[in-house]
Amino acid sequence: MSSPASEAASAERGASPRPALVQISGLSKSYRRGSETIHVFDDVDLEMHDGEFLALMGPSGSGKSTLLNIIAGLDTPDKGSVVVGGEDVTRMKARRLAAWRATHIGFVFQFYNLLPVLTAAQNVELPLLLTRLSKADRRRHVMTALEVVGLTDRAEHFPKQLSGGQQQRVGIARAIVSDPTIILADEPTGDLDASSGDEILTLLERLNAEFSKTILIVTHDAHAAERAQATMHLDKGELVR
Amino acid sequence: MSIAGLVRANLTRNKKRTFLTVASVIVAFFLFGLLRSVITTLDAAAEVGSEARLVTLNASGLTFPMPEAHANRLAGFDGVRSVTWSNWFGGYYQDPQDYFAQFAIKADTWLPMYSEVRIVAGDADAFLRERTAALVGVGLLEKYGWEVGQTVTLQGTFFAGDWDFNIRAAYVPEDPSFGDENMYFHYEYLYERNPNVVTPGWFILQLDQPERAAEIAAAIDDLFRNSSAPTETQTERAFQAGFVTMWGNIGFLVTVLGTAVFFAILFVAANTMMMAVRERIGEIAVLKTLGFTDGKLAGMVIAESVAITLVGGALGLLLARGALSGGNPLQSFFPGLAVTGGTFLLGLTLALALGLITGAIPAWQSARLSVAGALRRIG
Repeated sequence: MSSPASEAASAERGASPRPALVQISGLSKSYRRGSETIHVFDDVDLEMHDGEFLALMGPSGSGKSTLLNIIAGLDTPDKGSVVVGGEDVTRMKARRLAAWRATHIGFVFQFYNLLPVLTAAQNVELPLLLTRLSKADRRRHVMTALEVVGLTDRAEHFPKQLSGGQQQRVGIARAIVSDPTIILADEPTGDLDASSGDEILTLLERLNAEFSKTILIVTHDAHAAERAQATMHLDKGELVR
Repeated sequence: MSIAGLVRANLTRNKKRTFLTVASVIVAFFLFGLLRSVITTLDAAAEVGSEARLVTLNASGLTFPMPEAHANRLAGFDGVRSVTWSNWFGGYYQDPQDYFAQFAIKADTWLPMYSEVRIVAGDADAFLRERTAALVGVGLLEKYGWEVGQTVTLQGTFFAGDWDFNIRAAYVPEDPSFGDENMYFHYEYLYERNPNVVTPGWFILQLDQPERAAEIAAAIDDLFRNSSAPTETQTERAFQAGFVTMWGNIGFLVTVLGTAVFFAILFVAANTMMMAVRERIGEIAVLKTLGFTDGKLAGMVIAESVAITLVGGALGLLLARGALSGGNPLQSFFPGLAVTGGTFLLGLTLALALGLITGAIPAWQSARLSVAGALRRIG
């Protein structure tokens, strides 16, 4: 299915639809638990265009995070394909997939998942260690990302010295520092109070609006979903608008 | 920061655990350094004697006397350049538990024969002239704070009473295994106080042609076969090696102990590394999400493990070297006992191997980790 936002954008331009940045076709996923097979979702289709900000909602266990992981190449589907930027993620070998992920995916976790032994700046620098950038260039990129999330003054703080909201902003800085093709956020406000959660959503909106970042967030929170341009629901194995 | 910086940060994550792991590796390699040094020293001691010298002793054993008259007959043998003799004294200085070797030697013939004994203080002539003079290793001088010119009194055990010796010269051995904690004095001094008891303990023969050693040794033993003191003659190296074998199969024992220690530490270190990786499963999943490859993560885990074992190994070996450097009581039993360059190199190689082995399982675990599964666990 094509998101409402992208359909509206195409209609406004009156031109043929742009090629999707993310093209998911016939995606199915199931787990084996003992002798039982649990179908997470079946024959899911999704298109996402460059610059879109989508929210994916659904009850616990509906497969939202699994879908996100498959798009990020962290999990494999039973069948179907996930094409991101013209490359089929499901056909990539592990090594190629890791390199692809480093370049194209920025991942934001519910519990921030910062490395406690590293400072905020060092956490943000992690994805850049996989590039050929010089130390000075890495530092410049890190400070830019921290500036975007408003935490330059906390660069040398360790995670335990930061509030939850600040840690999540560091997590977002880490996700954007390598300028990925798409940002995937799994319950980014799930561990935050309302005020901090609102700040994070505002930051994501800004990344989408000012920097044209393509963002897909998974959330339980209807208020959070409202901040996206469009919302989809994954329920009983089906993705519906 | 760099990948190495990330490895360093992980090592300091749990400082107490890292310290204890490194400490256990230090202890293991300290023991390895000591035990291995005993083996290398015994091996070296077996090689210390000359192939160009023969030792003739009573066929009944080292403690049985040899007639002094044998010396002239031995000197007349074709191929024998010179003859000297030596006796075991077995005294002590102040403390009976504080052992060092003393020999009564036929100094005027012994000293020219042992060119590997280098006089570094005092005067060889002064030693040769004076009946109560002593030639002392520099290690012994250091050990007791003696000086050349000083008179020291030893208490005899086989040859009872107080024995005064004037230190007239100090030596350094060309080969450390010869030992620098020995004391040599005149046979004549021993003889004059015990004329009815003292005879040469063993004869030492300098050969013109070392390649004839076996032939000459056999001829000597044949000559004295029916005498009052039948002889057993062998090269000095074989004689020294015989002393070494008196330690029994110490090399085997040391190897068994060393291997046991090595494997005990292997399990400790492996368990620690696995524990360290297990508690970082979430972080490893995050790093994989960021694009770190399985190989890079496995390499980081192995680098951590190798860093621990190499640092611990090097420190343990350095401690062993420090413990064996001068003034340790084992020097009297094992002259030249020291952590050799070979032992150090072997130790570091083992430390590297230990690091690779102990890191292998957690590295494999981290490489095999399912990101999706790990992320589900950490939320």
